[in-house]
Amino acid sequence: MSSAVAIPHQPDQEWTQPSRGIVGMVCLIAAESAIFIIFVVAYIYYIGKSLAGPRPSDVLELPILATVCLLSSSITVHFSVHDLRLGKIRRCSAWLAATILLGGIFLADTAIEWYHLIYIDGLTIRTNLFGTTFYSLVGLHASHVIVGLFMLALTLIFSLRGKVTAHHAERLEVLSLYWHFVDAVWVVVFTVVYVLGR
Amino acid sequence: MATQTSVTATAHQAPAGAHGGFFALVTDWVTTVDHKKIGIMYIVYALLFLVIAGVEALLMRIQLAVPNNTFVSPETFNRLFTMHGTTMVFFVGMPILFGFGNYLVPLMIGARDMAFPRLNAFSFWISAFAGFLLYFSYFAGSGLYGAGTAPDVGWFAYAPLTSRVFSPGHSTDYWTLSVLLSGIGSLGTALNIVATTLSMRCKGMKLSRLPLLVWLYLVTSCIAFVAISPLTAAQIMLLIDRYLGGHFFDTQAGGSAVLWMHFFWIFGHPEVYILVLPAFAFANEIIPVFSRKAIFGYPAMVAATVAIGFISLGVWAHHMFTVGMGPGANTFFTLSTMIIAVPTGIKIFNWLATLWGGNIHFATPMMFAIAFLFQFLIAGLTGVMLSASPFDWQLGNSYFVVAHFHYVLVGAILFMIFSAFYYWYPKMTGRMLSEKLGKWHFWLFLIGFHLTFDFMHIPGLLGMPRRVYTYEADRGWAIWNMIVSSGAFLQAIATLLFVYNLVHSYFKGKIAGPDPWDAWTLEWSTSSPPPSYNFAAEPTVESRRPLWDLKHPEDPDTNYE
Amino acid sequence: MSLCMNMEVAGTLLASSFRGPASMASRLVHQHIVRLPGLLAENWFQSPTNIFAPEGTPAQSIFGLSMFVLAICAAIFLVVAGLLLYTIIRYRHRPSDSDREPPQIYGSNQVELSWTVIPVIIIVVLFLTTTRVIYVTERAHKPKDAVDVIVVGHQFWWEFRYPKLGIVTANELHVPVSDPSHPTPTYLTMTSADTDHSFWVPALAGKMDVIPNKVNTMWIDPLKPGLYLGQCAQYCGVQHAKMLIRVYADTPTQFAAWVAQQKRPAAQDPSAAEGRQVFFHNACVNCHTIQGTSAQGHFGPDLTHLASRSTIASGSVPNTPANIRLFVDNPANFKPGALMPAMHLNDHDLDAVTRYLTSLR
Repeated sequence: MSSAVAIPHQPDQEWTQPSRGIVGMVCLIAAESAIFIIFVVAYIYYIGKSLAGPRPSDVLELPILATVCLLSSSITVHFSVHDLRLGKIRRCSAWLAATILLGGIFLADTAIEWYHLIYIDGLTIRTNLFGTTFYSLVGLHASHVIVGLFMLALTLIFSLRGKVTAHHAERLEVLSLYWHFVDAVWVVVFTVVYVLGR
Repeated sequence: MATQTSVTATAHQAPAGAHGGFFALVTDWVTTVDHKKIGIMYIVYALLFLVIAGVEALLMRIQLAVPNNTFVSPETFNRLFTMHGTTMVFFVGMPILFGFGNYLVPLMIGARDMAFPRLNAFSFWISAFAGFLLYFSYFAGSGLYGAGTAPDVGWFAYAPLTSRVFSPGHSTDYWTLSVLLSGIGSLGTALNIVATTLSMRCKGMKLSRLPLLVWLYLVTSCIAFVAISPLTAAQIMLLIDRYLGGHFFDTQAGGSAVLWMHFFWIFGHPEVYILVLPAFAFANEIIPVFSRKAIFGYPAMVAATVAIGFISLGVWAHHMFTVGMGPGANTFFTLSTMIIAVPTGIKIFNWLATLWGGNIHFATPMMFAIAFLFQFLIAGLTGVMLSASPFDWQLGNSYFVVAHFHYVLVGAILFMIFSAFYYWYPKMTGRMLSEKLGKWHFWLFLIGFHLTFDFMHIPGLLGMPRRVYTYEADRGWAIWNMIVSSGAFLQAIATLLFVYNLVHSYFKGKIAGPDPWDAWTLEWSTSSPPPSYNFAAEPTVESRRPLWDLKHPEDPDTNYE
Repeated sequence: MSLCMNMEVAGTLLASSFRGPASMASRLVHQHIVRLPGLLAENWFQSPTNIFAPEGTPAQSIFGLSMFVLAICAAIFLVVAGLLLYTIIRYRHRPSDSDREPPQIYGSNQVELSWTVIPVIIIVVLFLTTTRVIYVTERAHKPKDAVDVIVVGHQFWWEFRYPKLGIVTANELHVPVSDPSHPTPTYLTMTSADTDHSFWVPALAGKMDVIPNKVNTMWIDPLKPGLYLGQCAQYCGVQHAKMLIRVYADTPTQFAAWVAQQKRPAAQDPSAAEGRQVFFHNACVNCHTIQGTSAQGHFGPDLTHLASRSTIASGSVPNTPANIRLFVDNPANFKPGALMPAMHLNDHDLDAVTRYLTSLR
C-alpha cells in the first residue's frame, strides 16, 4: 500500500502551454477591469446627482490632444515589441521613447486640466459628488498611466544600456499588454466622463 | 519503504539541523519562496486566527446565553462580531484555502513550484500583515488620544455607519486597510494559481486530465478576480470619503448607502463561492479515494463548477431583498439565486453516485466528508428558502440567516477543511494524524455543531435579529440561545483536541510513507514531505488518475477517458 | 410564567457548566432533559414574534409561501438524505471484503441529465409561486381609507408622523385594525435620519429597510386588535439591540380616541410648573419637541404626550416615574450608547422634571 511509486519519464512529445507572463498579465487586467468597472458604475450612478455645482457641462472640455496622444502610444509600443522580436534594439528604443513622450504629454495635459479645475473653477474632490467621482475615476486611470510610464522608462534605460535583447521580447509584450489596457480604459473613461456625463 | 522513511526524516529536519539554530530556521521560513512552505505558513497563520476568532465567538455566545445579560458591554459585543466575521472570512477562510491550494496545486499538476514564487511570498506576507493590522486596532484604534478600540461597524460595514460622523477615530480605517491589503494578497495568490495551472502543468496534463481539485481552484481564482476587485474599489472609495472628504457614501451630500451595499455584495456573495469551491475541491479528491472509485461524472463536475462560477456573479442582491429594490429586481435575484441550486445539486448527486457501488472506508477524513455531504445539503436547502424573497423579508438579517451561513461556512467548509487536514497532513509532515483523537474530534465537533447551528435557526424563526448584544426575556428566545451557546463550547473543546493532535502527531505520529491512503493523484507519487524540488524527475501523465494507471496496469483509466 | 422558567433553566445550565461535566450531565438529564421538549414547545408557541403566527395580510401570504417552500425542501431533504444514508450503509467497507477495488464507473450522461432536469422543474414551480407573492405584496392596491404614517429611523428610536392627522409620536405606533370587508391598512413611508435601520414586526409583515437618502414604503393591516412587537433588524450602531417597536392595533373607537387625545395641546399641569422650568432651562429643548411650547428640537423623540406611552427608551423599559427619573439622570442606566447625554441634574431638579414629564398625558 505504501510502496514508493514514481511516475515514469516518457519520451518527449509535443507539449506547449501558454506563457505564464501573458497569463499573469491577463489575470491582472481582469482584476483591474473589475476595479475600473466599479468606479465607472459609481460615476454613471452619480451623474446629475450633485447637490451643488459646478457641473460637468460648466467646467469640462474634451481632451482631444491627450486622447490622440495616448491612443497613438498604443501603436508605438506595438512597434517597439515588433522590432525587439526582430532584434532591432535601437529601433525598439526609439519606439519606446516615443511611447513615453506621448504618455507624458497625456499626463501633462491631465495636470493642466486639474490645475484649471481646482484653482479656477474651484472643483475639488470634496466639492460635490461630481468632484468626488471625477477625480477618483480620472485619477485612478492617471495613476495607471504613471505606473506604465515608470515601467516603460525602466525598459528604455535598460535598452539604452544594452541590456535588452530579443530574448526579452515576451516580457516587453507583457508590458505592452498592460499599456494597451490602460489605453482601452481611457476610451471608456473618455466616453463616460467627457461624452455621456457632460 | 525504509529509504522513504529516512528521506522523510531528513527532509523536515534539514533546515534546523543543517544550518544550526533557531535563527537559521526562522530565516529559512521567512525568506522562502517554496510553495509548500508558503502553503504551510498560510495554514498555520489561519489556524492562529481561527483560535482568536473562535474565542470571540465564545464570548458572544456567553453574552447571548441568557437574556438581558451584561457579560460584555454593547460596544464590546459590536466589536466582537465585527472582528469575528472579518477574521473568519479574510484571515481564516481565505488563507487556509489558499494555503492548501498553494501546497497542492503544483504537486497535483506535476510542477516544481508556482508560476511566480516571489509573488507568492509577497501575497502571503501582505495577507499576514493585514491580519495583524486588523488586530493592532485593539491597541491603536482611537489613535493617540484614547484607549484602543477595534472596529465595530460589522463585517459588511454598511454606509453611512462607516463615515467619519458615525465612526470617529481610526478603528474603521484599520478595518478598511486590512481588508484592502488582504484583498491584494488574495488577488496575487489567485493570479498565481491561474498562471500555475495554465502554464506549469507536466507533460500530458491536459486540462481535461486536471485533478478536479485543481479545476475548482482554477475557477475559484477566476471568481476572485471579478469579486475581490470590486471590494478593493469600494474600500478605496471609503478611504477617499474618510480621508479626502469625498462623498461616495455620504448620504448628506446626495451619496447613496445602497450603492455600498451593491458593491459590497458583488464581492460578498461570490466570496462565499470562493470559499466553498475549495471545500468542494477537497471533497472531489477525498470522497473517491475512500470510496475506492473514480469520481462520477468528471465532465459534469467541471461544467457545474464553471456554471456556479458564472451564476455566482449574478446573485448578489439576494442579500438586499429588504432594501426596497422593487418587485422587478426582487424577482430577478430570486430566480438567479434559485438557479444556482441546480449546478450545486449536480455536485451533490455526483458525490452520491461516487459513493454508490463503492467500498466506503470510514477513516477520519471520510467521516468529515460524509458529515459535509449531509450538512451541505441542509445548508443548500435553507438557502433555497432564503432565495424566495418574501420568505427572506421575514428571515433576512435574523438568526435564521446566521444559522444558514454558518451551516455553509462551518458545516460544509470547515468540515471539509478538517477532512483535508486529516487527508493531507501525512503528505505535509510525513506523519499520520492520530485516528483515535481524530474520531473524538469528529464526534465532539459534530455534536457541538448540531447543537449550535441546528437550534440557531429557531430564534430566527421567532423574530430574533442578528447583531443584537442582548434581547428581551419575553420573546421566547432564551432557551434556544442557551442550547446554542452550550454547543459552542463543545466545538471549542473539539477544536482544542484537533490542535493538540496537530502538534502531538508532528512529533509522535505514525510515519506515513509517500502514499498512506492508496490514492491516485500525483502528490502521492513523491515522498512525504516532498523534497523542495517536489519530483526527482518531471512526471508524465496519461489520465486523470496517474497512480491508478500505475497500480492497475491491466485496466488503466486511459481506456475510458 | 414561562419566561421565569426560561431564565431559571438558562441560569442553572450556565451555572452547571462551570461544575464538573459529570455532575452537569446528570443534573441536565434529571432536571431538564425530560422537561425540555415541553419547554421548547412552550417557548415556540408563546413567542410574540413568531413568523409562523401571522396576524396581517402580508405576513399571512408570506406564511403560505413559507409553508410551501418548506414542504418542498423537506421532501428534497428526505429523498436525498435517505439515499445518502442508504448508500453509506449499503456500500460500507466490511472486514470480509476482498482487496479488489470495486468496479470503476466514470459517469453517465442520462443520469446527469435527469438530475439536472428534475431540479429545474422544481425551481420553475418555486419561482412562479414566489413571484406571485412578491407582486401581491409589493404591488397591492392602496384603498382610499388607508392610514398614512411617515416612519423616520433614528439612532436608536423610531419617529412616527401622521401627516393627515397632524400627530407626531415615537416608538409606539397606533394603527386601526383592518377589517377585510372594509380594509384600512396603514401605509408606512420610511426613511432614516442617520444610519441604516430596518422596520420589522414579524406578526404583521416582512421587514423593510429604513435607509437615509432613500424612501421606502410598506403596508401593514393587523386583523386583530392588540399589541404587536418587533424591533430594528439592521445593525445601526451601539444600541441596535434596544431599538424596539410596539405596534398597537386599535379598534376604530380606540383609534379615534387615541387620535383625539394626541391632537390635544401639551398638558399644562400647574403642579408640575417647577419641573417645566427645569425642562425649559436645560438643554432638553434643543433635542425634544413639546407642541405649543418653545421646545422644538428634532433630534430626540417628541415628548408632547410622553405620559400616554406605555414604554420609554424605545420600548425597552416600562414608562414609570422611577424609570423616567433614572433615564433623565443618565440614559446609560438603560441604554449605554444612547445619544442623549446624562443630564446630571440634582435630586430636586430630577424629581421636578420627572413630575413634569409624567404630567404630559
